[in-house]
Amino acid sequence: MQDQPSKIRLHVPEPPARPGEAPNFDYLTFAAAGETRLPPLDSSADAMRDMPWGLVRVLDDAGRAVGPWADYLGTVDSEVLRKGLRDMMVTRSVDKRMQMAQRQGKTTNHAQSTGEEAIACAFHTMLRDGDMNFPTYRQQGLLFASGFPITSYMNQLFGNSGDPLEGRQLAVMQSARDHGFFTISGNLATQFVQAVGWAMGSAISEDDKIAAAWIGDGAAAEGDFHWAMLFAGVYKPPVVLNLVNNQWAISTFAGLTGGATQPFASRGIGYGLPAIRVDGNDFLAVMAATKWATDRAREGHGPTFIEWLTYRVASHTTSDDAGVYRAKEEAAHWPLGDPIDRLKTHLIARGEWSDERHVQALAEVDEMVKAEQKKSEALGTMLDGGTARAGAMFEAVYKEMPENLRRQRQKAGI
Amino acid sequence: MARMTMIEAVRDAMDIKMAQDKRVVVFGEDVGFFGGVFRATQGLQAKHGKTRCFDTPIAEGGIVGVAVGMATYGMRPCVEIQFADYVFPAYDQITQEAARIRYRSNEDFTCPLVIRMPTGGGIYGGQTHSQSPEACFTHSTGLKVVVPSNPYDAKGLLIAAIEDDDPVIFLEPKRLYNGPFDGHHDQKVVPWSAHDLGEVPEGHYTVPLGKAVIRRPGEAVTVLAYGTMVHVALAAAAESGIDAEVIDLRTLVPIDYATIEASVAKTGRCVIVHEATQTSGFGAELSAIVQEACFYHLEAPIIRVAGYDTPYPYAQEWLYFPGPDRVAQALREAMEG
Repeated sequence: MQDQPSKIRLHVPEPPARPGEAPNFDYLTFAAAGETRLPPLDSSADAMRDMPWGLVRVLDDAGRAVGPWADYLGTVDSEVLRKGLRDMMVTRSVDKRMQMAQRQGKTTNHAQSTGEEAIACAFHTMLRDGDMNFPTYRQQGLLFASGFPITSYMNQLFGNSGDPLEGRQLAVMQSARDHGFFTISGNLATQFVQAVGWAMGSAISEDDKIAAAWIGDGAAAEGDFHWAMLFAGVYKPPVVLNLVNNQWAISTFAGLTGGATQPFASRGIGYGLPAIRVDGNDFLAVMAATKWATDRAREGHGPTFIEWLTYRVASHTTSDDAGVYRAKEEAAHWPLGDPIDRLKTHLIARGEWSDERHVQALAEVDEMVKAEQKKSEALGTMLDGGTARAGAMFEAVYKEMPENLRRQRQKAGI
Repeated sequence: MARMTMIEAVRDAMDIKMAQDKRVVVFGEDVGFFGGVFRATQGLQAKHGKTRCFDTPIAEGGIVGVAVGMATYGMRPCVEIQFADYVFPAYDQITQEAARIRYRSNEDFTCPLVIRMPTGGGIYGGQTHSQSPEACFTHSTGLKVVVPSNPYDAKGLLIAAIEDDDPVIFLEPKRLYNGPFDGHHDQKVVPWSAHDLGEVPEGHYTVPLGKAVIRRPGEAVTVLAYGTMVHVALAAAAESGIDAEVIDLRTLVPIDYATIEASVAKTGRCVIVHEATQTSGFGAELSAIVQEACFYHLEAPIIRVAGYDTPYPYAQEWLYFPGPDRVAQALREAMEG
């Protein structure tokens, strides 16, 4: 028996705000645009120990591009930015429509990326043919930015006869090698270390291709995250390690993964990885940071770890209701704003866009996505039980069908 | 022809493939400079360079995770897990990733990869250096599972595994590395240099995956075995005087139905032997295969001889190990049934 009452207590972290409470992001620090320095391209991890506590930002509140990262990026062609704006609009529009399609029973699952579109869409601007993303299910912007057909995307969700994956894989878990998009896994974090291996393959082959690993704040708790960071730090392959910190993993807030007391980016230091923290809702900051990391990789300086600060505006997936566990008004209070609005403001400030054009573009994108959805639905949806070819179920388990599968297929009469 | 131990045969297979194919890379714990704790990769780094044969952090999940990524890039990694008992941190990457990349991507990506690991007991390794986890992999579709029983097969099967376009789990019975151990732990093991199957051709050849072989033709009873248990079964047949037909499965997935079914149809009796624990072991699958295909030929119940359903004990190793006496007893029971 204890003589004295124990002073030992288990600490169970809680988010700053639950439903009914006022949103509060005090656990995060936000440097102003232009404030965080630009390290040299060949900087060692040691020489950048301050960076995880900074925040790479380019756009100020007036929508002007300012600071050393803006200079590093240089003047971006307006056409590139207008394409980026449209890619984000397309992503948001498809997300909205697929959310609705799930409610109508046309697909069983979708994961919206609302509020985080800039990260994938701007990241894509710095990739080349042959580079490979190892994405999570919230980087669909990479696909739309790369010109992946919207109908193909929807066909996969609808499990129909046009599905490039022939109905085998859970809705949203796309695969598109020709678009530099690795087959998504539903087992969180596994792709993070695979991307490092892919980049090691490129380095062993003395190739010029680079990999991009993607993970969320929640999945950064998995062993694969540690293995990826470790192997990247040890072998220094050409990989950009992207952690999208959108504050929530279903109902697990970033603090439960240790991200409220120390920035996720600071984890790079222990692995000897140059690490930066970036405003993920600032299209130009994403471009600048991606340029820096991909330039490093291509120049042979090895991996970079990037924490993208953003906010998951939507629920986790169609199966989730975020209103149950977080403050309703959080999204509106997110200090880094909305990526589409911010790029719009910048383009208007440059005299390359207007409110009228913006409204028109939104309507045009919605019409286009609606038309694509119509084409896709003509091939069937899950309401029809999925129209993907039945026989595909038994194929591609192995390169050649083994006897057990042949016997099972025969018995099934498929 | 050369005389080789099973370790030398495995090393020779990797050496040949590394020389032939730049995509083949070898890595794992202690495999680089040191050449592996069982010496399977000795000399490969010196010969092929340290970007093609290298040491890794002690992280099985990381080893397999990067191997999966490397395979999807277009390499042909052949990685070593130091003991099969250590593979479980990588289980997710093997069974949920490597095994399914072809399927889930509709062949947009493939994952040609070999994961070698020493398996089985007989070396006083206790619970953490003796297990036979083959059923954990045969139960995950998308993987091929290979268990060689001798140097000739080990080399030919490993070359075939490296050349295969699907992921292969390559389980090397560590008690067979130096000789055809037949379970008589109190007797000196015949070295491979004095055994026919220690004769290994030089250069490239393959033993096809998915093909079993009859090690001892017989009429009385079929014995299905793989790895170390092939030699135990041969000893049991010789010592019991029962004319057993001993089949060395060599590959568990894909399984060679034809050889199994033809043999049991002929003998009408079947004994299944493996070192792994009995419950839900691969023997259960073999038993079902035999029952489904050969029920009307069977003259006796199918008998399993396997490791007991306990963790692999240390001091009681030889009570636990399904040795020739237990197999011989099963053969007698099968004949009486």
